[in-house]
Amino acid sequence: MTYTVLAAVGVVVALVLDRWVVRTRLTTTRDWWLSYAIIVFFQLLTNGWLTGRGIVQYDPDAILGSDRIVLVGDGRLLYAPVEDLAFGFALVLATCVAWTWYGPRSVDERDDLGEVDA
Amino acid sequence: MSLPHWSYAAMLAFCLAGTLPLVPAFRLRVLRQPRRLLLAIVTAGLPFLAWDLYATHVGHWRFDAGQTLPWRVAGLPLEEIAFFVVIPFVSILTLEGVRAARRGRGPGAFRRTSGRDQQGSR
Repeated sequence: MTYTVLAAVGVVVALVLDRWVVRTRLTTTRDWWLSYAIIVFFQLLTNGWLTGRGIVQYDPDAILGSDRIVLVGDGRLLYAPVEDLAFGFALVLATCVAWTWYGPRSVDERDDLGEVDA
Repeated sequence: MSLPHWSYAAMLAFCLAGTLPLVPAFRLRVLRQPRRLLLAIVTAGLPFLAWDLYATHVGHWRFDAGQTLPWRVAGLPLEEIAFFVVIPFVSILTLEGVRAARRGRGPGAFRRTSGRDQQGSR
């Protein structure tokens, strides 16, 4: 399977976990989308560094674009293959789902950790 | 080792430098829950590390030896393994930072006292 296919599968799996399996439902909250907006901005910068400098190099057969490292276009955004956005989304969402899942379940526990305002 | 070998490591350091200050700024309790933190990083990070190992071995991507540190684990640079610890960690800090900010626990804000605290139930 190509990176393109795997990245799409990764996004779907993370969303299904959040919405229907683990039911943390982070993707229904403003907190999570605002966090993701901040994270994706920095992902574009840091990933641009990794891919623009060729620290990580991609097989053109595995991605939508070619092996040309361009700022925008040819399946790339800030030098990185667009598949990286999907990979990042899935990783960050899965992490936040796991963190929330292992967190306090009752209001009393959350309050003890200062996570709610009572 | 010359400076370019630190290129990938520098990116990870940048991520940590940008998010660790959220802990004191928003008085985040993330570091006080090491078990939860470790479980979350392992649960989310391991499947993606497995994906990374697969992708590297079938050649979806590769790493420039001139811009990574010399140590390799299962064919991956040490930084690439650290990536799956650092990125989950900074994601959690960002989420908790946003949660704290949206609940008014920003820098300099007073810690709100709950009603039950005032009733002396704890």
